[in-house]
Amino acid sequence: MDIMLSPIGILLLLSVFIIGGFGALFLDRLLNDGGRMGGLWAHAFALGGSLFGLIISAKTLLVGQGIAFSIPSPLPLFLFDFRIDGLSAFFLGVISLIAAMASIYGLSYQTHFLGLYRLGRLGFFYNAFVCSLMLVTMANQGLFFLLVWEVMSLASYFLVIYEHRKPENIRAGFLYFLMTHFGTAFIMLSFFLAYRATGSFSFDVWRAAAGAIDPMMQTFIFLAALIGFGTKAGIIPLHIWLPEAHPAAPSHVSALMSGVMIKTAIFMFIRIFFDFFPIASIEWGLTFLVLGGISSLLGVLYALSEHDLKRLLAYHSVENIGIILLGFGASLTFMSLGYEKFALFALAAALYHTLNHAIFKALLFLGAGSVVAATGTRNMEEYGGLVRLLPFTSAFFLIGSLAISAFPPFNGFASEWLTFQALFIGIVSASIIVKAIFIFAIASLTFTGGLAAACFVKAFGVTFLARPRSEEATHAHESEWPMLAAMGILAVLTLVIGVGSGFVISLLVGIVASIWLSNPSTLAFPFRQFIETRSQFADILPLDTVAVITLAVFVVLTVAIMVLSRSRKVSYGRTWDCGTELGPRMEITSTSFSRSLITIFQGILRPTKQTDVEYHDEEMRYFIKSQEVRTGIGDPYRQALYRPLSAALTMVASRVRLVQSGNINMYILYVFITLIALIVWAARS
Amino acid sequence: MTLFFSLIQIVAIPAISPLFVGIIRKLKARMQSRVGADIFQPYRDLSKLFKKDEIISKDASWITKIAPYIIFTVTVVVGAAVPIVTTIIPSFTPGFSLLPLSDFIVMVYLLALGTFFLALAGMDSGSGFGGFGSSREMMVAALAEGGLFFSLLVASVASGSGHVPSMVVSLQTLPFTSFMPLIVAFLAFFIALLAENNRFPVDNPSTHLELTMIHEAMILEYSGKRLALMEWATANKLVIFIALGANIFFPWGVAASLEGHAILLAFVLFSLKTGALLFSIAFIESTMAKFRVFRVPDLLFTSFVLAVTALCIIITF
Repeated sequence: MDIMLSPIGILLLLSVFIIGGFGALFLDRLLNDGGRMGGLWAHAFALGGSLFGLIISAKTLLVGQGIAFSIPSPLPLFLFDFRIDGLSAFFLGVISLIAAMASIYGLSYQTHFLGLYRLGRLGFFYNAFVCSLMLVTMANQGLFFLLVWEVMSLASYFLVIYEHRKPENIRAGFLYFLMTHFGTAFIMLSFFLAYRATGSFSFDVWRAAAGAIDPMMQTFIFLAALIGFGTKAGIIPLHIWLPEAHPAAPSHVSALMSGVMIKTAIFMFIRIFFDFFPIASIEWGLTFLVLGGISSLLGVLYALSEHDLKRLLAYHSVENIGIILLGFGASLTFMSLGYEKFALFALAAALYHTLNHAIFKALLFLGAGSVVAATGTRNMEEYGGLVRLLPFTSAFFLIGSLAISAFPPFNGFASEWLTFQALFIGIVSASIIVKAIFIFAIASLTFTGGLAAACFVKAFGVTFLARPRSEEATHAHESEWPMLAAMGILAVLTLVIGVGSGFVISLLVGIVASIWLSNPSTLAFPFRQFIETRSQFADILPLDTVAVITLAVFVVLTVAIMVLSRSRKVSYGRTWDCGTELGPRMEITSTSFSRSLITIFQGILRPTKQTDVEYHDEEMRYFIKSQEVRTGIGDPYRQALYRPLSAALTMVASRVRLVQSGNINMYILYVFITLIALIVWAARS
Repeated sequence: MTLFFSLIQIVAIPAISPLFVGIIRKLKARMQSRVGADIFQPYRDLSKLFKKDEIISKDASWITKIAPYIIFTVTVVVGAAVPIVTTIIPSFTPGFSLLPLSDFIVMVYLLALGTFFLALAGMDSGSGFGGFGSSREMMVAALAEGGLFFSLLVASVASGSGHVPSMVVSLQTLPFTSFMPLIVAFLAFFIALLAENNRFPVDNPSTHLELTMIHEAMILEYSGKRLALMEWATANKLVIFIALGANIFFPWGVAASLEGHAILLAFVLFSLKTGALLFSIAFIESTMAKFRVFRVPDLLFTSFVLAVTALCIIITF
């Protein structure tokens, strides 16, 4: 037996992060160098652990051998129960891959905080975060899962408020803290209901008992899980923490949060709806389709109206979670209709997009991190012309933009194509409501594609093209090589995973098919079978052919034209300026680029505009001294949902407070009354 | 024989596209009581531009330099898989054909890749015109995508295939009475065609008036061979859309083999169908005023709603 695929291998993996985390804290204390060594130590160990995780994941998938073991704990109902099956291995692989790249990037990115904040602390929470992310995919027991889930939430919270001297980060962190615990509360509710229905917290027992749960209980379990994990995934309207928290964290942590942390919710959706309780009725699939459609469409619209580069990317995470949910919802619908093959196919589409989004979103966040580090601001209006100063970053960011806008042959296209195919199957189903919802889903995916392209023309064009619009942007410096290396690897991966779509699809279908195998130690997905089934899937979407033809035509054309026109001169002159000197203020900015689309969708986005004018003479009002125009986007979620909710909560709390008199006799009376009531209740039964 | 045919198919659209532009210009001139230039004038324009020196803006980056090549490549690659007179897919070896390119989603997204670089090139030189051209272009492209995608989806669902040549083959056998939803989808497609190709009433292809231009604003900084490539790519894109519209929604006559008389018949029919489309484009441009920018979304949503209606008819009956 392979040592890596044994319990010892898993425990070794965890210990790497523990040594990395505590070692960083220790070094930070010991050396008093602001944490330089501690930070390096932590990121180096995180990198090592991530590569280790990648190897375990790859080996599990290659050998087709799952891992399951448990360590007893002194607490009742609690058990350190581990299980790595095909699905876990896939998510472990995605997490490890992104964590490895983020760690390489972090090795040099963290030095930007040197002298401002303690790097040892960053290193400690970073290791805790990566470790808990990995554990989430392995936990096979309800309470154990909740523990690691909470560690993940807390570690990411402390990373969000890492730059704690900025008040806006503290505010963002508080919102994140509130929302994530709101979600966790619902997850606990869901798990406790499942405990009540099955009598155990063991996921294995849940798998066996799925059929015996009564429909009412099922609905509540599913609903609580939807709200709980939906908060982590950032489904609209539970997304409000996402555009606040992701930008506040250090950029390589943002990449992890946006790239993989929100995917753990997708992982648990698959676990709950396909693995534990594969008995959901068709309404659940349709609900996910509607939620996915709304999240993708609104997510991209909010992204369009952003001029903070990292917030823009955060909103795109909402959009892409929506796209993943479209595949997931389609799969769930097919499952309940009994079309298992189509369900397999659609879930593979969702997993494919999960992988792709992790890669290109991490790439984009790392690119944004380089831009922010080079200019010191997240405001896109103050960028411009960075393509000359940050040549590599801009090239990698362009590749990320092409991938997220779903252009062939990059990976985003492959998974969106597959999602489209899954949705096309749905429109020929029998029921008219199912058809209507699938048409809505296709329409939202179509418009999402177009709007995402518009948004990334804006993001790339405003950031990197034209002339610099601020002093900082004229003095920007390219990042150090570890940061570029991390982005470069991810950029290559977007292309490789897109062009190799035939292979990836067959791998994913194998993984999805393994979900329904009950015994993890006999998972039938060895590598040879992928190779054999590959021929079936190779014809689905041969993006390699598309890439080769496009490249061939491009090269032939370019060379031909260059040779033919070699005697023509190229000279460089001023941009056509209509006779005036072109200043940076005349360029198109992020706000003006998206203004027309915001105006078109003003029914949804509700743009606001506030003008303050100060006159030289308040009486005459002819000569304006200064004028300030503030534009923004309405926030219906806070106004219509969260504010009334918090107002109601505060009101109930103030009513309940009446029992708290502060008088000790009163409390003794309460205890007495409770005791009497309990005795009466016990005697009655 | 097939190799020869495949090479012809690849160069076919770039070869005929300037002619199509020339025909539209000639038709427009006649409708406006002008003599107009010869229909081969666009060829002379292109060859003239290729012979000229270039000026590139100092502010521009490598995006400006590479964009014309990418955009032109995209139109050539997509054009290679569009059925013109036959539904046979060009292939070079038994395992290597252009079949993957003929998937309609691949086509739509490849063309969108061209639009993406066009918009970036517009922003690159930092002129106000280019930026606003890009902003408007992406607005139009994002909204037109709904109508375009869904009208092709209607044909795809009606024919049970995602590949354009097999769509054409399958739709040829569809009875006349079942063509109603396809006609509705064609209307949607035609609106998307006008929008995607910067035609009236969305954009004016023959003006350089700052306030109204979209496409011309983005290529304002180009000159010489790069401008030629941009113009040529625009013409290619127009022919791709016209060929798709003519052969998918009016699939009759497209040859299924390489026999002489079938090809000849297909060629005659293709000329008639595209002639009618070119005439209608010229007619619209001579009789209509350009829409104000914020009226354009209404038109594009109309296109989308028409296509969805057609899809609903197809899947219900």
